[in-house]
Parts: sequence; C-alpha cells; structure tokens
Amino acid sequence: MTDSPHLVRLESVTCRYLTEAVLSGLDLDVGRGAMIGVVGPSGSGKTTLLRTILGSVKPVSGRVRLASGLRLAYVPQVETVNWSFPVTVGECVLMARTGRRLLPWASRVERAEAQAVLERLEIGELTERHIRELSGGQQQRVFVARALLRQPDLLLLDEPTSGVDARIRHELLHLLGELNAEGLTILLTTHDLNGIATHMPTLVCLNRHVVAVGSPLEVLTPATLEQTFGAPMDVLVHHGVCIVVDQPHTTAPPDDVPRLEEAVA
Amino acid sequence: MIHELLQPYEFEFFRNGLAVAVIAGALCGLVGVFVVQRGMSYIGHGLSHAIFGGFAASALLGVSIFVGAGIWGIASALAINGVTRRGRIGADAAIGVITTASFALGLALFALFGRRGQSFDAALFGSILGVSTTDVLVLAGVALCATAVVFFQYRPLLFTTFDPEVAEASGIRTARVEALLMVVLALTILSTMQVLGVTLVAASIVIPAVVARMLTDSFARMLILATGIGAACGLIGMNASYHANVQSGPTIVLTGAAFFVAVFAWSSLRSEVRRRSPVAA
Repeated sequence: MTDSPHLVRLESVTCRYLTEAVLSGLDLDVGRGAMIGVVGPSGSGKTTLLRTILGSVKPVSGRVRLASGLRLAYVPQVETVNWSFPVTVGECVLMARTGRRLLPWASRVERAEAQAVLERLEIGELTERHIRELSGGQQQRVFVARALLRQPDLLLLDEPTSGVDARIRHELLHLLGELNAEGLTILLTTHDLNGIATHMPTLVCLNRHVVAVGSPLEVLTPATLEQTFGAPMDVLVHHGVCIVVDQPHTTAPPDDVPRLEEAVA
Repeated sequence: MIHELLQPYEFEFFRNGLAVAVIAGALCGLVGVFVVQRGMSYIGHGLSHAIFGGFAASALLGVSIFVGAGIWGIASALAINGVTRRGRIGADAAIGVITTASFALGLALFALFGRRGQSFDAALFGSILGVSTTDVLVLAGVALCATAVVFFQYRPLLFTTFDPEVAEASGIRTARVEALLMVVLALTILSTMQVLGVTLVAASIVIPAVVARMLTDSFARMLILATGIGAACGLIGMNASYHANVQSGPTIVLTGAAFFVAVFAWSSLRSEVRRRSPVAA
C-alpha cells in the first residue's frame, strides 16, 4: 500500500470478545489526509475498531492492511487514564520517545521537541506539573501532545471529548482541524453527535459493521440514525450544519388523562 | 552514648547483617515502585509464599535453594503474569490462586518428607545475622542486575506500567517488559527472603514505594526516594534490632511503618494547610 491513497484498509474484518462478535464483516478505508468521525451506540465496536487498527485486537477473520511504514499514535479515553500515577506532564509526553534511547533520561533534543509540542498546544508552562493537577482540557492536550511527539501519519482518538465541557470540545475540534489541515490523518470515535460528529468532514456510522459512510449531510438521516442507534431521531439542518434531535415519545396518552393545554387552561 | 550506638559495629556478623539489610532494603524499594504502581502490592506477599514451595522442593532434592527456589519463583511470577495478561482473571485472583497453591505444596512437602536442609523458621521469618558470604554476594549480584534492568529499561518500564495498551501500540514489546519485571521481582524476593523471611518481605517491597509516592509526583524521583527509604529502613531497623534485642526482620519493617506514619501525617497536615490557606490573587 506504499502508493495507495489509503493509510488503512479493513476488509471483511470480524472481531470477537469470547463468542460475541463486536465487529462483523467490517469494510473501511482511511484515506491519506482524511478526518473521520466514527459514531455509534455503546457496544457498537468503536473502540474495538481503533484497537484493531492499532493491532492490540486481532481479527478472527478478514484483513487489516496498513500503509508501509505507517506511524500510528493513539489518544486513549481520559476515563481510562490512571490519574494518580506519579508522572509529570513532561514525563508523560516523553513516553512517546520510548525505545529510541537506552539511557533513562531524555536527551536535550528530545526535551526541546517535547517542549515545542507542548508550546504548540499552549500547555508549555505545565511540564513539571502532575497530570492530575490539570484541567480537563489540559489533560486531554497532554495526551494529544504525547501522540503528536511520535510524529504520526495517522492519529487515533478514542472519545476525545468524553467528559469535557463545550469550550474544551470547541478548542479540541479547532486543534484537530488545524492538524488535519497540516496533513495529519485523523480517525476519532465519538458518541457526541451534535458537538463533534456534525463537524467532521467524513462520518462513519458503525453498529458492528459500517452502516453508512459520507459527509454529515449525507449520513445523518433519520433512517441511517435509526439503523445505527436503534432509536428514532430527527435531523434539522441549520446553516448547512446537521442537528440531531431525539424524536419525542409518541405513545398517545390514555383518554382519561387531560392534555397539557387542557390541564393549564 | 556514641560508644554504645557504635558498639555493634565491632562485630563482623553485625556489619555483614547491616550490609545485607541495607542492600535488601534498597533493592525492595526500587522494585516495589513498579509493583505498587501496577496495583500488584499483594504480589510480594504472594510470591514470597510461592517461593517457600521452592524452598521445600530444593531441600528435598538437595539442590541449591537459589537455583531451585529461584526457578520456582520465576515460574510462579511468569504464570501470574501470563494469566493476568489473558484478561479474564484479575491480577489479585491470579496471585491468590498460584501463590497459595505453591505455598501449600511447600507445606505438604515438608509434612511428607520432613524438614531437611533449610531451616523452616529461617525461611518464614528470615535470619539476617546468620547470612553467609554467598548470601551477601548473591544479594549484591541481584541488586546490581535489578539496577541495570531499571536503568537501561527505565523508559519501556515506565510506559508499560503507566499505559500498557498505548505502549504496545507504540511498538514497545510490553509482554517482554512485563516478563522481565517479573523475573527481577522473583529474584528480589528470593534473595531478600533469607534476610526478611516469607512473612515480612512483602512489607519491604510495598512500604518504601508507598512512602515515596506521598513525597513526590514524579516517577523518576519516586524510584530514587523509594530506594533510599528502603536502605534507610535497613540501616535504622538493624541498629534498632541490636539495641532493642528484637529480631531484625520485624524492626526493619516497623521502621518502614514508622516512616509511613510520619510521612502520612506530614502530607495530611500539608494538604490541610494548603486547603485552608487563602488562594493567592
């Protein structure tokens, strides 16, 4: 796949945990320079998809083809991080350079490169701080910084906006957009349809297999969303941006229960 | 007063014992950081019990305890690591099953064939003042190897301990790193058991690391602090042992416990003061 426009190609991939298939016959291409959001309900296989690309989950059938020499970096869900672990921001980010040097301390060049990445992400002054002492947005940036220090071709992020507020989500989206514009290919999972998914250039609707792939306007339709999430949803389009809303509960009230307008009259 | 404090240093057995206690304390402190941070504090207790089975088998077969119990301990440690990595059984359960079974086997072998060779009590409670030159050399060799492993494998060990999944995805052979750590741990326990005994070796692994954790938020500094605290526990505990006329194993562990109480009280007080102090504008 050296000259292929795709960095990753998954062909009929099936992954199981024990006897249960988490991914079933999944086909997906990740093109160079793409920025893809993967949406789907809990248990739809979003994290397994990332782990399959990383190689930590082996498919029971199908093929995962990676471009030759592909350099991957992974940003885990912040909920999975051990925040009480004794590690400073600098130590955490420099983990990206593990394996390149036998000595335990980082070289001057490594420290300078790490500092440059931290400065780029506007957390350069936090090098000596413990990771637990940071705000949610800063914590997320530390792990993005660690991933970027690997100088990856493909950045994988697992639920990067889980548990963060709207401002941090906006900042992260802006940062990822910048990185993508510089040529970094990005694949992220999210359950946040309105906050993240609708802003992705490409969306993948996943429920153990790929339900749909395309731009948000192409993919975020009531039919596709119901097929993906198993629940009826409506989609509004506002200034070219999709807004997904849950359909109201449609069960008719019993005849003896007064309607709202009657009750308040 | 000074003369009284220095009096035990006139005896060669005490000087040897002190050297062993300091090296053993430092070694346990160093290795204990990884054990505690991997959430496997119970493994020191478990592996020392598992190695007890190796002691019994070595005594029966008439082979060196360092060889027999060493192989036994490493096999137990790798078995725990292997079972844990499969993900279906937690580390605590794997340690519980494998090590207690091994300890029970040791007891059964002693019961069936008698207590030949190694002293049963020495294996259980340690015998710091009766250490031979071979014991000192073996311990020094293990300490040197463990230090070399931690020094040259520091970065893979840190990454694998903190975030094994991302470490693996970043090209670190985490299975190999974890197996190496387990081998170092088994050798540490084996070489220090002679000093501290099955029943107390776990405390020497866990306490210095826990105390060091309360003093720093940096992994590198924690390693240095835990090693120093372990060595200090050996030094102070041995001297206390002589003057209080109490076995050295318990006094070393009690010194560690005193460190823990003092640092815990100090860090709690510091947190309280910080909490109450007004935020700087």
